[in-house]
Amino acid sequence: MIHSLFLINSSGDIFLEKHWKSVVSRSVCDYFFEAQERATEAENVPPVIPTPHHYLLSVYRHKIFFVAVIQTEVPPLFVIEFLHRVVDTFQDYFGVCSEPVIKDNVVVVYEVLEEMLDNGFPLATESNILKELIKPPTILRTVVNTITGSTNVGEQLPTGQLSVVPWRRTGVKYTNNEAYFDVIEEIDAIIDKSGSTVTAEIQGVIDACVKLTGMPDLTLSFMNPRLLDDVSFHPCVRFKRWESERILSFIPPDGNFRLLSYHVSAQNLVAIPVYVKHSISFRDSSSLGRFEITVGPKQTMGKTIEGVTVLSQMPRGVLNMSLTPSQGTHTFDPVTKMLSWDVGKINPQKLPSLKGTMSLQAGASKPDENPTINLQFKIQQLAISGLKVNRLDMYGEKYKPFKGIKYMTKAGKFQVRT
Amino acid sequence: MQTDNLELKKLVYLYLMNYAKSQPDMAIMAVNTFVKDCEDPNPLIRALAVRTMGCIRVDKITEYLCEPLRKCLKDEDPYVRKTAAVCVAKLHDINAQLVEDQGFLDTLKDLISDSNPMVVANAVAALSEIAESHPSSNLLDLNPQSINKLLTALNECTEWGQIFILDCLANYTPKDDREAQSICERVTPRLSHANSAVVLSAVKVLMKFMEMLSKDLDYYGTLLKKLAPPLVTLLSAEPELQYVALRNINLIVQKRPEILKHEMKVFFVKYNDPIYVKLEKLDIMIRLASQANIAQVLAELKEYATEVDVDFVRKAVRAIGRCAIKVEQSAERCVSTLLDLIQTKVNYVVQEAIVVIKDIFRKYPNKYESVIATLCENLDSLDEPEARAAMIWIVGEYAERIDNADELLESFLEGFHDESTQVQLQLLTAIVKLFLKKPTETQELVQQVLSLATQDSDNPDLRDRGYIYWRLLSTDPVAAKEVVLAEKPLISEETDLIEPTLLDELICYIGTLASVYHKPPSAFVEGGRGVVHKSLPPRTASNESTESPETAPAGAPTAEQPDVIPTQGDLLGDLLNLDLGPPVSGPPLTTSSVQMGAVDLLGGGLDSLMGDEPEGIGDTNFGAPPPAAPARLGAPIGSGLSDLFDLTSGVGTLSGSYVPPKAVWLPAMKAKGLEISGTFMRQVGSISMDLQLTNKALQVMTDFAIQFNRNSFGLAPAAPLQVHAPLSPNQTVEISLPLNTVGSVMKMDPLNNLQVAVKNNIDIFYFSTLYPLHILFVEDGKMDRQMFLATWKDIPNENEAQFQIRDCSLNAEAVSTKLQNSNIFTIAKRNVEGQDMLYQSLKLTNGIWVLAELRIQPGSPSFTLSLKCRAPEVSQHVYQAYETILKN
Repeated sequence: MIHSLFLINSSGDIFLEKHWKSVVSRSVCDYFFEAQERATEAENVPPVIPTPHHYLLSVYRHKIFFVAVIQTEVPPLFVIEFLHRVVDTFQDYFGVCSEPVIKDNVVVVYEVLEEMLDNGFPLATESNILKELIKPPTILRTVVNTITGSTNVGEQLPTGQLSVVPWRRTGVKYTNNEAYFDVIEEIDAIIDKSGSTVTAEIQGVIDACVKLTGMPDLTLSFMNPRLLDDVSFHPCVRFKRWESERILSFIPPDGNFRLLSYHVSAQNLVAIPVYVKHSISFRDSSSLGRFEITVGPKQTMGKTIEGVTVLSQMPRGVLNMSLTPSQGTHTFDPVTKMLSWDVGKINPQKLPSLKGTMSLQAGASKPDENPTINLQFKIQQLAISGLKVNRLDMYGEKYKPFKGIKYMTKAGKFQVRT
Repeated sequence: MQTDNLELKKLVYLYLMNYAKSQPDMAIMAVNTFVKDCEDPNPLIRALAVRTMGCIRVDKITEYLCEPLRKCLKDEDPYVRKTAAVCVAKLHDINAQLVEDQGFLDTLKDLISDSNPMVVANAVAALSEIAESHPSSNLLDLNPQSINKLLTALNECTEWGQIFILDCLANYTPKDDREAQSICERVTPRLSHANSAVVLSAVKVLMKFMEMLSKDLDYYGTLLKKLAPPLVTLLSAEPELQYVALRNINLIVQKRPEILKHEMKVFFVKYNDPIYVKLEKLDIMIRLASQANIAQVLAELKEYATEVDVDFVRKAVRAIGRCAIKVEQSAERCVSTLLDLIQTKVNYVVQEAIVVIKDIFRKYPNKYESVIATLCENLDSLDEPEARAAMIWIVGEYAERIDNADELLESFLEGFHDESTQVQLQLLTAIVKLFLKKPTETQELVQQVLSLATQDSDNPDLRDRGYIYWRLLSTDPVAAKEVVLAEKPLISEETDLIEPTLLDELICYIGTLASVYHKPPSAFVEGGRGVVHKSLPPRTASNESTESPETAPAGAPTAEQPDVIPTQGDLLGDLLNLDLGPPVSGPPLTTSSVQMGAVDLLGGGLDSLMGDEPEGIGDTNFGAPPPAAPARLGAPIGSGLSDLFDLTSGVGTLSGSYVPPKAVWLPAMKAKGLEISGTFMRQVGSISMDLQLTNKALQVMTDFAIQFNRNSFGLAPAAPLQVHAPLSPNQTVEISLPLNTVGSVMKMDPLNNLQVAVKNNIDIFYFSTLYPLHILFVEDGKMDRQMFLATWKDIPNENEAQFQIRDCSLNAEAVSTKLQNSNIFTIAKRNVEGQDMLYQSLKLTNGIWVLAELRIQPGSPSFTLSLKCRAPEVSQHVYQAYETILKN
């Protein structure tokens, strides 16, 4: 099982370590540093590193490496999943997960880690239960704590761990009972030079924020459940009911949670909401290149595309760029060669464009590689797959809750090749 | 410690955990409190106490903790029980003996039947951990009842618990296909879990149990379809998860390509994927490439070849070459793509492209030579040894079509000593090839290279090869031509395949570190302790009885007895069809044997000679063991020609195969005084029947003749039976009758039955005998390693037969030598868990290949032999041949 955990920042300092069994010396991380040196970028550090006596499994998030040490044959996915869960928990507790924040809250961090694993076995990983055990720090509580001398450790041990619905604590009370669901879809796509789609798929999630008194039993049904043939559920969803009736039936956890995630890969179902027209040319003779891109809406179902950002890694040979955007702001970093253009909203009447010239290294041959354009955007009130919630019902409690469904489409890994 | 303040209690406990070790005597004083807390009315306090107890790693204390732990294991509250279960594992880690003596293991086993799923999950997790350090103890003894309990708990426990339970289920072997199916049905819902580790563990269980399901079953198809979406979903997770998933998918795709054959697109590379994900995706893309999707794949690969990352670009270019070799229809397109890439003039792209084009030439000889001109243009830009060697190979191979081949090669020769060995060797061979093709103009060149290689080089490989060529050229240029310019065996289609047995084993380890490294755990887990060899379950249908391997040899000994065919009866008619008079037609044996020997010599010699050249394409990543080295150059360099013979991997050895002692085939009393005993033997490629004729009658016998009935392998006498002098009474004569296999064929039962008629001046006599199959094993039965893998995979599992060879005390080395003498060739040898695995091939005279895997456990007298063959009926006889050879 999981022996120890080391947190390492991008400059290679171990700033936190935690051991669940006997203590493993820090020197084990030297193997990790070696791998880190070999990989050119932090993202490229291999997640599984063998050492003579241990295995190091790591995840890289928020510019921090979370390195777990294991000694026996343990499913690596189990460890990696757990590490991601640790990061999620930190984020949940502190709002952001960064080195200074972890250092500031080091006591809470240790307390949380102690509760999450027992002898390497996961103990409490549900955020609900954890929050009952150890209260997340807030400004008010910090003030109160310093005055009264009390701490963040919960006075009672969590009751949720005993019940058959470990994800929900008992005795929940709210004055305003509400249940909100966000249907968020991300489009991952690769568009080739000519504008046709190479691959496109939708990663969808339904995130919920449920604040309901007592033990409510919810059912959620869809207009077109057939879209969902590849789904992963929160453990609270009754799988049998979904199999037979295509209805989500569940006792919800309290607070924020991810109800389900799904995947739509059938090509014809994935509408591509934007297009990018590009003309990037390098000439052999001159040290100038021309650059022009235009972004426009495609299949948007009448909704506005907002929050558009264009990112592109320019070839190493590009020294600088002098560009004029028709709207928004742009920057080019001559060191990392990263061009970023913050476009904002797309107005179909007046398409945003960015044109100008690139100055290239004099005398060098034209760059071999073509820059890929990475696109980010958002569309409110639209689930691009067409998924629609039909109704939400509540059983088991008498009151009438407020209900709400929100839809949003975003770009995931949306890439246009040039 | 005896405080009611929970936080204080926790802190004190925490303090104890960390400092008990340095102050064991003080820590003992805390025992009382633990004992007391373990009886607290609040179950959460009890659990906390038992949890902390286990973390105090002090021997003295542990003894005192047994009683409270025992109580907690039987606590009425499931939360306490589940915590106590983990505590047993902790205690076991500190003092294993104590745990066993106290009977905690049995209590833990009982907890598997607990009513609460969380308790079950933790008990399984604890037992698995303990079992890992005690491989021998049968802790997780699974039976249908406990499996049922686990499956019930599976639905209700936490995600982490599900992983433990699924991993535990994967170790179970269902008794038949029905049970396997019902388990699969109950595991399938786990594929929709949000936790990827749960998904992958479920995939492991399904992949393993699927092996037991019949392919005709509807359910089998449904299951295949259900497996694809979750695997695809894993690829949209974080990159670290993707990486582990991809390594596993790589295995799954090799085992069951049908699952993901339509999902090619999800493996397309995004430019900001981490490099470790990119390389894995690329590998899987090639594995999935087929005629249907090759156009898309090529377009993608071409795109990748213009990316920034050099390593990735190189791999992409190589991938194009692998596609060309794998999908024949795409070869042309691949070549033109590669040419396009060469035109980009990006140095490393050009070099990689030339390396793969060489492979394409090997696979499709005489098809794409038109591109050579383009390749030659880039000669100067090549600076990597591999690319230079590839280019030189191409020039040498197609020397007759390249006008200035001599100039090109000469230009390389200038800096001969600065080149790497690879290039030097290649240059030597290429110039010799050139010389053999254009002898007139290149004499000087070849002398130059031979002297460079033999006189000025310190490299023994190079020197030896130089000497061999030199002697060949000086003794017999014709032979040299035949050796050097002989047709090369085609390279196989699939590269980098994992050995089938290893693959099967790895499938059992899906989701573990083993699957990430593509090595069995024994190869890397420390000390190898706790590693139990796993294998896929054999397919067993509930309505069929399995054929136990023991039953197989039972019939053999009795069949050894020669039957004498009664002179009257239906058989007579059969035999009378045969003409006993004139000597047998057909090519004389001598020529055929010489031919065969010659071919072998060349083929084998060539393989070994060229073993160092880059023709063993794609060998670099190959996970399989090296081939059992043929008897390699033990002789001093001086004996040039005999060196060459040594290289022919024992083909020319005169020892011959095992010859069983003569047995009486025709007793005198049944043949009016003529007694015939005999045996079969194979020597240097020819089969013969050694006969001993004894005249036990009172009159002289003359006019002997022999004839065979049609038989399974077309055995026939290659010459007439020649008994020169008349056989006087009580005289014995020994005759060796050469046989060939060009006679007419009829399937016999048993397969190796031979019916013989012998005539003399008195009468015609009939008898039948069984010949040992190994006389039919031909000398060129050594299969190429790649070919072996591909064929093994290709032959359906139904054709696999397994046998036990008992009471044989040879070691692997001796076995392999012994078998080789009888033309059973060891292609590769591997050591798994201390067992030696020999991979062997043999070929019958009628061209049937038989592939074998022989598992030898040192110290144990019994071997396991698995045979795979497209004609499964021969397996039984091959097995008998093995047994005869090994036991004599």
